Amino acid sequence: MILLETLNLGHEFDRRPVLKDINLKINLGEAFALIGPTGAGKTTLLRLLDLLDTPKSGSIYFAGSEVTHSRRERNEIRRRMSFVQQRPIVFSMSVYDNVACGLKWRGEGHEATRSKVRNVLELVNLAEYGKRNAKTLSGGETQRVAIARALVTKPELLFLDEPTANLDPISTSRVEQVLAHVIKERKTTIVMATHNMPQGQRLADRIGVLINGQILQIGSPNEIFCLPTNTEVAEFVGVENILEGIIVEKDDDLVTIEVNNRTVQAVSDYEISDSVYALIRPEDITFTLAKAKTSARNVFEGKIIKIAPVGPLVRIEVDCGFPLLGVITKKSAEELGLRVGTIVRASSKATAVHVIRSWT
Amino acid sequence: MTAIWQGFLKAIELIVSLNPEVLQITARTLAISISSTAIAALICLPLGSLIHFNNFHGKRTLINLIQTFYSVPTVAVGLVVFLIFSRSGPLGFLELLFTPQVMVIGQVILISPIILGLVIAALRGVEQAAYETAIATGASQFQATTIVIREGRYAIYSALILGFGRAISEVGLALMVGGNIRGYTRVMTTAISLETSKGDIVLSIALGIILISIALVINFSLSRLQQR
Repeated sequence: MILLETLNLGHEFDRRPVLKDINLKINLGEAFALIGPTGAGKTTLLRLLDLLDTPKSGSIYFAGSEVTHSRRERNEIRRRMSFVQQRPIVFSMSVYDNVACGLKWRGEGHEATRSKVRNVLELVNLAEYGKRNAKTLSGGETQRVAIARALVTKPELLFLDEPTANLDPISTSRVEQVLAHVIKERKTTIVMATHNMPQGQRLADRIGVLINGQILQIGSPNEIFCLPTNTEVAEFVGVENILEGIIVEKDDDLVTIEVNNRTVQAVSDYEISDSVYALIRPEDITFTLAKAKTSARNVFEGKIIKIAPVGPLVRIEVDCGFPLLGVITKKSAEELGLRVGTIVRASSKATAVHVIRSWT
Repeated sequence: MTAIWQGFLKAIELIVSLNPEVLQITARTLAISISSTAIAALICLPLGSLIHFNNFHGKRTLINLIQTFYSVPTVAVGLVVFLIFSRSGPLGFLELLFTPQVMVIGQVILISPIILGLVIAALRGVEQAAYETAIATGASQFQATTIVIREGRYAIYSALILGFGRAISEVGLALMVGGNIRGYTRVMTTAISLETSKGDIVLSIALGIILISIALVINFSLSRLQQR
């Protein structure tokens, strides 16, 4: 059953379009993540969906009824949803009162409020904090109070805008644990905006990629991260090797793509002469020094032009007629003695190359 | 210098011995100023919220106008109130001139711009996100407005205290519309003014000490509130 649907939703600020033709269907009980770079329009979209703002064009349907411009029922419908904003605000009152205010505004009884607040504070691990002034809490604790305040009313639909932005890793992990519980145990329908892709991957059933105000792809986390349908999505989800070429040979589904006078082999159902992009994730590239027999269909010899450490990993950029980026562990790089200028052989399996059509 | 010192000692004696006239004037002064502050608060809180939460043409100009009236001379307000409530004025039939009631009305007019302007500033000081958070949590517009007022409460208390301070310390208005009638409309400021001109500095000093003490309490409360 579809709980929330948008049809050609559009919005603009000062005549500058910020959202264009957004068509979304959120199913009941689903966890949907909206990912996209900062400024893509994620917060604007959530505000429209939560009926905080009115869209310039298009329609919003909640539980089958159009609610886009509803004035009278707006608050009633909003009371069936909850919204945790990117920079959560707590009121200068106790943690208990902050969490209870949504229930109070809905006319919930004193006893029921007390028991619901107690339960939700336990859920977010803040059971001991009831009497604390909410303004004295840390960023992570404040975020959990905001989540508790949103959950205590048992919303049918929960919107989360960057729920762990600006939090340290421990607080992030705590917040994610709470959200995972809410998704799995409570089966609450969630729409979550995040630029933290692994988080979207961990928590969401489906992901929508919003770039420059447009939804460019919707799919399962696996589809989004492994099978992006266009270069913008590919770039955003971290496919850093985007090689433009033309299919010059095809043997069953094994295609040979000519890229800058070099060839890349991949599994694809595109035809000879099709202009395509070959997408290779940096983590799918392996490096060797000497010529060796390998099952990898793609082996490119080139000179290392850049080495940059990233935590326990090293990003290695090789010039093999086109720039190719690979990521390996620091230990492997040390054992191979890789330096800028070293000639290496970078290889990848044909199945690790994802091919998308180029329309240019 | 000796005369002033002796006057000061006698004034302390008047206060300590709970002199009936000193007590009466002090009580009347407090009653009039507290009443005018309470009435001004009842007017300015909803009006300030209305102005803050609604966008309309000329809002900025209206706020500028309100701020201009912060420093309106007390005698100017006194003159307007006098003309309105004098026998030939539009509200002369109420026969309120030279009564404590008209002093309250005058003070309400005097301090309302200050309280109104500072209430608007206090609400503006509360993050817009607080209002939106309340709305997103299911509050009605009225409930969300209430929470914003609650969030800005310390700045609003400051506004009320400043208004009270202006009301209790003004002399021109009280003299013009109250008439400084002994036992009826005489307040601390008018009494100090009159007794000093008569040469009775003992009562003036006693009332002055009380007035300064009230000012000190107001200032102390204000700085405590501003620290929150």
